[in-house]
Amino acid sequence: MDDSTRTRIQALVDEHPVVLFMKGNKLFPRCGFSATVVEVLKRTGVPFHAVDVLADPEIRQGIKEFANWPTIPQLYVKGQFIGGCDIVRDLYESGELDEVLAPVKAG
Amino acid sequence: MIEPHLVEARLRAGLPEIAHLELKDMTGTKDHYEAVIVAACFEGKSRVDQQRMVFAALGELMDGPIHALTFKTYTPERWAALKG
Repeated sequence: MDDSTRTRIQALVDEHPVVLFMKGNKLFPRCGFSATVVEVLKRTGVPFHAVDVLADPEIRQGIKEFANWPTIPQLYVKGQFIGGCDIVRDLYESGELDEVLAPVKAG
Repeated sequence: MIEPHLVEARLRAGLPEIAHLELKDMTGTKDHYEAVIVAACFEGKSRVDQQRMVFAALGELMDGPIHALTFKTYTPERWAALKG
């Protein structure tokens, strides 16, 4: 990944308390895993920023290196990588997602 | 696509302490897999790190041959508690 892509990704996770890198957008996810995470986040009621990696090939490739994580979607909270679909679903089902999002809700 | 036994072999090679492994071809097309992996090497590791270990074992298979993978990781202790 080149420096400008890394800078752009870093700026996105710095700027938005909750960022989801996904395939498609909130209204029309283009992948089942992305759709699941959107649905879970909507249920939490926490606002989140979605980045459609299909619209940006550099970010699509770069984000894998950024988190040392080979798949999309990827969720970030307060700049920290939380996980992909399996982890977000697991956190939601165990009730831990509220704890993860607590700093965001507190403002 | 990739044969399920090759996926399994890579997981077992990369995660030598696998106690239990379930691998399912979700679509019959050998590129959408679902797995349950129970291994002692997950002990003391965060969820993210446990999944990173699985991705590392699969390596380049994640760059094309496997289009989609959903999986759960457990330590033998947690797995036993779940099944008990």
